[in-house]
Amino acid sequence: MASETTQPGFWARVQRASVERLHIRLESLVVLLALSTAMALLSPYFLSLSNFLNILLATSTIGVLAIAATFVIGSGGLDLSLGSVMGLAGVAGAFVAVNLGWPSVLAVIACILAGAIAGYINGQLVTRAFVPAFIVTLGMLGLARGLALVISQGRAIYGLPPEIVYIGQGRPFGIPMPVIILVLTAIIAHCALAYTRFGRHTLALGDSESAARAAGIRVEHHRRIIYTLSGALAGLAGLLFTARVNAGDPTAGINYELTAITAAIIGGTNLFGGRASILGTMIGALIMGVLQNGLTLLAVQSYYQQMAIGAVLILAVFIDQYQVRKESRV
Amino acid sequence: MTLLSLQGIRKSFGAVDVLHGVDLAVDAGEVVGLVGDNGAGKSTLMKTITGIYRADTGSIEFDGKDILPLDPGQRRRLGIEMIYQDLSLAKQQDVASNIFLGREPVKKLFGVIPGFVDKGEMDRQATKMIERLGAHLPSINRSVGSFSGGQQQTVAIARALTFNPKLVIMDEPTAALAVREVQSVLDLIRRLKSEGIAVILISHRLNDVLSVTDRIVVLRHGRADADLVTAKTNMNEVVSRIVGGGDTAAAAAHEQRG
Repeated sequence: MASETTQPGFWARVQRASVERLHIRLESLVVLLALSTAMALLSPYFLSLSNFLNILLATSTIGVLAIAATFVIGSGGLDLSLGSVMGLAGVAGAFVAVNLGWPSVLAVIACILAGAIAGYINGQLVTRAFVPAFIVTLGMLGLARGLALVISQGRAIYGLPPEIVYIGQGRPFGIPMPVIILVLTAIIAHCALAYTRFGRHTLALGDSESAARAAGIRVEHHRRIIYTLSGALAGLAGLLFTARVNAGDPTAGINYELTAITAAIIGGTNLFGGRASILGTMIGALIMGVLQNGLTLLAVQSYYQQMAIGAVLILAVFIDQYQVRKESRV
Repeated sequence: MTLLSLQGIRKSFGAVDVLHGVDLAVDAGEVVGLVGDNGAGKSTLMKTITGIYRADTGSIEFDGKDILPLDPGQRRRLGIEMIYQDLSLAKQQDVASNIFLGREPVKKLFGVIPGFVDKGEMDRQATKMIERLGAHLPSINRSVGSFSGGQQQTVAIARALTFNPKLVIMDEPTAALAVREVQSVLDLIRRLKSEGIAVILISHRLNDVLSVTDRIVVLRHGRADADLVTAKTNMNEVVSRIVGGGDTAAAAAHEQRG
């Protein structure tokens, strides 16, 4: 009631407009700029075109995973298997290309298909076996990682064909291929989430499953599609990573789900579903990229980077929930 | 003209008989209050009308058609709409998204790429719906969770109206509302009636039922125990029918005070 009578302040109105029109939380943009400024002041190497491309390149894998996390979390679900599925997909692609010697196109398809199948299994178990998503995807985290190690016999698969390596290392117009693929994926995902019925139903589902059901949305079917999509995107991330490092590494993507979920949450995705934006997630992924890049330039040990990411995740959820509680008190 | 006619509806769940032969008739454009104590079978009866439950025996005719074999979706297309107490709203989405959830109008982007939601069209139609109800909302682009209970009720009713219903069943629409908002929801019910839409109002708030309905049906132990014309009854009689006789003056006085 009070919100009707009291005029919100200027900052509050700008915030609301940016969320409604651009699907971006202004705070995340501020954090990104502040973080970049701080890094630029602390390290003379930060502000350069090559470092900028480095950040984007390092962000591309995480960015694709974060898009997957955005869809799943926005729909009220959770996918902890992102990093493992990414590792499995990379190994599957490398196995097809190197061990089987099949054409590169089939290897690319194998990557994405392996991810999609893992995601499909997640979706089936969540919607039909009534096992919570947390447990299903945690189980898949172990299953996919184990299978990746079995297929590769615990060793990285080397000797990928040049077409695949180009996907990871090629630079048309000087822009790394993974960055181009990330940007294209993000544009498609943003349109799908913000402007199509599929995306609107995804958020409605995460908002209130009973409302979605009452509106005639096929809730279980929709969830299966979301988990399959999440797996396929993890497969794409696996392809990008494998192509970039030129090896099907069964240990690729360990802990990547942590970074991906953190990026999605920083970008304004509601941890409990109902609110999500790909543009926001991309800002979140860039924040993670700048953080890791900056800490590396400052010669901070990677152990501390891991700690920083974990702390940022908890902090982001805390701030989000704090704001939700503050709004509901008005 | 009789719009909805139930005869001898029975429904049991296992060994528990909930409805023992309920008769109920609703005319087009009529507002009927359905009252009764907890466990009298009100929700079960409503769910047999919307098709969520199938009656064991009895007949249900709607608009001259036998709808007993129809599923909820088919009954909704015939014009039966139910607004649940929890309103089934997606609280973080805006007004138009809720009103058109599941039936969003689509257009082609740049006239080529299909499947894009026509948000402008959605907002225009949503605004029209809200105006048709004579209601006011702070902004059509705000998430409905930021609205008051009565405003959320308005959105739920506007949503129901987009299906062009002939009958709207409302489950406790005023239960959680501030005093001032109760009146605006009762006004919405009168507005539906003036458009020729029949309303079944389930409510524990007998003052609301007495002020807005044409008839009051009292459900007791799984039967339509009384069918009262609102203009010719009073609080005392309604309360006494709900509890089944005895000295109800004290209870009625309590209800009267609201």
